[in-house]
Amino acid sequence: MKKSVINLSSISQKYVMALAGIFLMLFLIFHLATNLLMLAGDGGKAFGAAVEFLTGNPAIKLMEYVLFAGFLIHILLGVLLEWHNYRARPVKYHKSMRSETSTFSRFMIHTGIIILIFLIIHFMNFFFVRLGLVAIPEEPGIVVRDEHDFFSMAVIWFKNPLYSAIYIVSFVFLAFHLKHAFQSAFQSLGLNHTKYTPAIKVIGTIYAIAISVGFAIIPIYFYFFYVP
Amino acid sequence: MNFILKIWRQKNAQTKGSFKTYLLKDVSPEMSFLEMLDYLNKQIIGNGGEPVTFEHDCREGICGSCGLYINGRPHGPMRNTTTCELHMREFNDGDSIVIEPWRARAFPVIKDLVVDRSSFERIMHAGGFISVNTGSAPESNSNPVSKTIADKAFDAATCIGCGACVAACKNSSAMLYAAAKIAQYAMIPQGKVEAKERVDKMVKQMDAEGFGFCSNTYSCEFDCPKGISVDFIALMNREFFSSKVCKQKQT
Amino acid sequence: MQKLDSKIPEGPLAEKWSRYKARLRLVSPANKKKIEIIVVGTGLAGSGAASALGELGYNVKVFCFQDSPRRAHSVAAQGGINAAKNYRNDNDSVYRLFHDMVKGGDYRARESNVYRAAEVSNDVIDHFTALGVPFARDYGGSLDTRSFGGVQVSRTFYAKGQTGQQCLYGTYSSLNRQIAKGTVKMFPRRDMLDVVIVDGKARGIITRNLLTGELERHSAHAVVLATGGYGTVFYLSTLGLGSNASAAWSAYRKGALFANPSFIQIHPTSIPVLNEYQCKLTLMSESLRNDGRVWVPKEQGDKRHPTEIPEEERDYYLERRYPAFGNLVPRDVASRAAKERCDAGYGVGDTGLSVYLDFKDAIEKQGKKAIRDKYGNLFEMYEKITGINPYNQPMRIYPAGHYTMGGLWVDYNLMTTIPGLYAIGESNFSDHGANRLGASSLMQCCGDGYFILPNTISAYLADDIRTGTIPTDNSAFEEAEKAVEDRIKRIMSVGGKETASSFHKRLGKIMWDHCGMRRDAEGLMKGVEMLKELEEEFWENICVPGSTDDLNHELEKALKVADFFEVGRLMCEDALQREESCGAHFREEHQTETGEAKRNDTDFAYVAAWEFQGAKTEPKLHKEPLRFKYVELKERSYK
Repeated sequence: MKKSVINLSSISQKYVMALAGIFLMLFLIFHLATNLLMLAGDGGKAFGAAVEFLTGNPAIKLMEYVLFAGFLIHILLGVLLEWHNYRARPVKYHKSMRSETSTFSRFMIHTGIIILIFLIIHFMNFFFVRLGLVAIPEEPGIVVRDEHDFFSMAVIWFKNPLYSAIYIVSFVFLAFHLKHAFQSAFQSLGLNHTKYTPAIKVIGTIYAIAISVGFAIIPIYFYFFYVP
Repeated sequence: MNFILKIWRQKNAQTKGSFKTYLLKDVSPEMSFLEMLDYLNKQIIGNGGEPVTFEHDCREGICGSCGLYINGRPHGPMRNTTTCELHMREFNDGDSIVIEPWRARAFPVIKDLVVDRSSFERIMHAGGFISVNTGSAPESNSNPVSKTIADKAFDAATCIGCGACVAACKNSSAMLYAAAKIAQYAMIPQGKVEAKERVDKMVKQMDAEGFGFCSNTYSCEFDCPKGISVDFIALMNREFFSSKVCKQKQT
Repeated sequence: MQKLDSKIPEGPLAEKWSRYKARLRLVSPANKKKIEIIVVGTGLAGSGAASALGELGYNVKVFCFQDSPRRAHSVAAQGGINAAKNYRNDNDSVYRLFHDMVKGGDYRARESNVYRAAEVSNDVIDHFTALGVPFARDYGGSLDTRSFGGVQVSRTFYAKGQTGQQCLYGTYSSLNRQIAKGTVKMFPRRDMLDVVIVDGKARGIITRNLLTGELERHSAHAVVLATGGYGTVFYLSTLGLGSNASAAWSAYRKGALFANPSFIQIHPTSIPVLNEYQCKLTLMSESLRNDGRVWVPKEQGDKRHPTEIPEEERDYYLERRYPAFGNLVPRDVASRAAKERCDAGYGVGDTGLSVYLDFKDAIEKQGKKAIRDKYGNLFEMYEKITGINPYNQPMRIYPAGHYTMGGLWVDYNLMTTIPGLYAIGESNFSDHGANRLGASSLMQCCGDGYFILPNTISAYLADDIRTGTIPTDNSAFEEAEKAVEDRIKRIMSVGGKETASSFHKRLGKIMWDHCGMRRDAEGLMKGVEMLKELEEEFWENICVPGSTDDLNHELEKALKVADFFEVGRLMCEDALQREESCGAHFREEHQTETGEAKRNDTDFAYVAAWEFQGAKTEPKLHKEPLRFKYVELKERSYK
């Protein structure tokens, strides 16, 4: 075992991982902002307009591929990292490790996999529909105009208690993932400072909670309060 | 005090090891952890057995020889303490204590609780020095170093090379060890001259030794007996980046 | 009879070294590549020498018993390293440093060597700074110093309480650089068990690979021993448990003279013995005596808690006996005074073998914070070991074996009486006389290794440029290896009941009781007899479990203990012949009415160098007279 599978040094890999992560975190803010438009109470008009704008814009189209690449790199590196690290300790400890460090940091691969599973479900329900790979969902009483009518699709899905529950639980795990990820990215990039690092940690926690709560509000709203 | 000790026994690198349980009676709370093992060994020898082999020398927490994985923590339950500084009064009477060697591919077991840490040596050979020949040094005070920087460099330099960081890390990563040396030299003017080559070579060697990759869990800092900060890892990452971006081709 | 020629060059003291150096024979760079040098030991002296020799272009082979050179016991030195930089403008100079050392050593060191050590001290500091050793600095960015060990100037450079560690990592880094370059080859986990003499010259060593048990032959054109001191002869000492006398002792057995073996420093402030299985005493830096006050109760066997004993019932015996220096008397004086009180029944603790070191007054005067800033790490260390918080109640301390001023006899070139065999650092006898001052051991080790030996050794090697590689298949190597093999076989075959540590402990007790801080003829003679008996018992009842072909700590220990019987005997013999009290050597028969040491310069101003005559024969004493031209011999008084 000389090198990892891909020919990148340990620290280069950290850099790429962190940069991809930061990119994804920025995307999350953007995604959340768009989604929150669903709560506008206008029957999805504002949200629909945003979706229309985004799907029609060639620059955004391009960014979609970049986003895909970002996801792929982040996931691929995460899995390789785990595999490499697994091999770095062929004989495990009998007594499990007791170091009192952040629990979240030790389960990044686990929370990551949960998020990945969610992502696949998410893609099946929305993105693949748009690409025409999956049929448009049907529900009596709700009309889905076309494959771009995400609002109506969301209404259908969120009326399903199981789906909403999975959605919310996934975002709890995303919060765990982000809690570590935010400050970890700064550490990996070498951006630490005696004065600012504590602030970064606090901002990271706020960010993780805000993103997850933000996303989780939506199914709650649709399940309990929304009347079509 | 009485203890139930579960200790890893392994004849050599080739054979497979296993845990063996010992009941040890009448341990004084004033004994250090290693003195407790000496006491156990005396009994084992008395019964015609082979004593438990473990590494140790100074027994005052500075040489870095000793290093046992005690109840799931490198160097045991106390923070900022090496195994030899740990005393039995920190345990409760009747406790059962599991003692394992450091576990990492880059630290193969030699015998019982002794591991081979020569991978650490090779990281140092790769660049853990400032290239200055004996006799060529300028007058010490011709090169002032701010007290803040000097103190920080000292904090990094207190690493005793015991390997607890690797043992504590879920990834068996040696980043804290490498970073401590890289950071010490990168901060002071004497070491800056060859800082870029140094970080490049040392990281390369570290990777080649088969250590895991860092995922910022910071358990290394938590379990380092000298309390070395992970800030130095960030500093190393920064140095590494600038070495990749700014390095000039050697002519 | 071997004649002792110290080879001290002519000329005025201050110019001896530079003049001598300028005339030394050299080996050209092309020829250096053809020459091999063995260095045994990787402490400050050994790794310094190895890296300096490597830089010069020699082929160097370095040996240590630890898994890494960084673990040599130099790492544990706390206080600091002296140099005559005069950064404080306090009128320090090379001469003053030299003078302090000669006086501190109670006029039993060689003037020329001490002066040279003081001379190169400044180069050592410069070199370490360039190597990135993080010495303490003041706010202007220049190096800070502190005063130490009762001298009147501030010349000690330091890195908190870890100066030895930081200096060792400096020499370790320069060693690593040479290992990477290929000029130095590192052999860790090796015990040197014999030196090989071919045609009267040291040409190699026999080592045991501690992992495989294999005996190995290593040849070279010269052999340098940097194997430290033999303080573990007391079993309980401040040294690392692996520290031993065996390498130096094998040289002694092959004909190298051993000088002043009885000069062994007992450090006054170490944490006392806490349990029966203790095998190590931890030092508390001498600097604590700057603010701590040493006392015992005025009443014998007073078992009250120290905080309950009122001021008027405490005996601050150092302040009482030595009003001028008080708690800051030199190490030898402080140690003896503590022993005197404990022997008289005033000692404290369960064993009655300790005295209090109290910071109550200092904390009241300066505040807890000031004390924490100065000694925080030491207080923590004390609490870790004893479980007692020294901010609230006094520390308990007791003297412990620490440093050996004695060692292999060397001439001005640092060569022993065996041609081609050198001894540097603590393993030689040269610079500290009968007592070492604080912070001067690091200075001497680094000076020897980096700046002195690499120069003087070339004069010897200049004759070897045509010799070629030394073969290891000749009879000298065979015999040496055979002897080592036999010894190991013999020790393994005893099959007794008692462990090496147990014998070592008993040996240590004999040495401590009969050849420790206070010695008398009767006790010393008794000690010799007891050692002989114990040695016989050892060879009948030693138990070494395990096998010889893998890692076997018990075998390593047994081999080392076997040598310590002889070391101990020679120490007693040496202490017996020195009918005076000087420095760390205190003979009951030679004291003033007030119980102070009484030196005898007329009869004993010499170095006692012992020659091995065979295992059963008494060793032969050679005397190297000491002449003092530049310092006046005075009585040391601290009253």
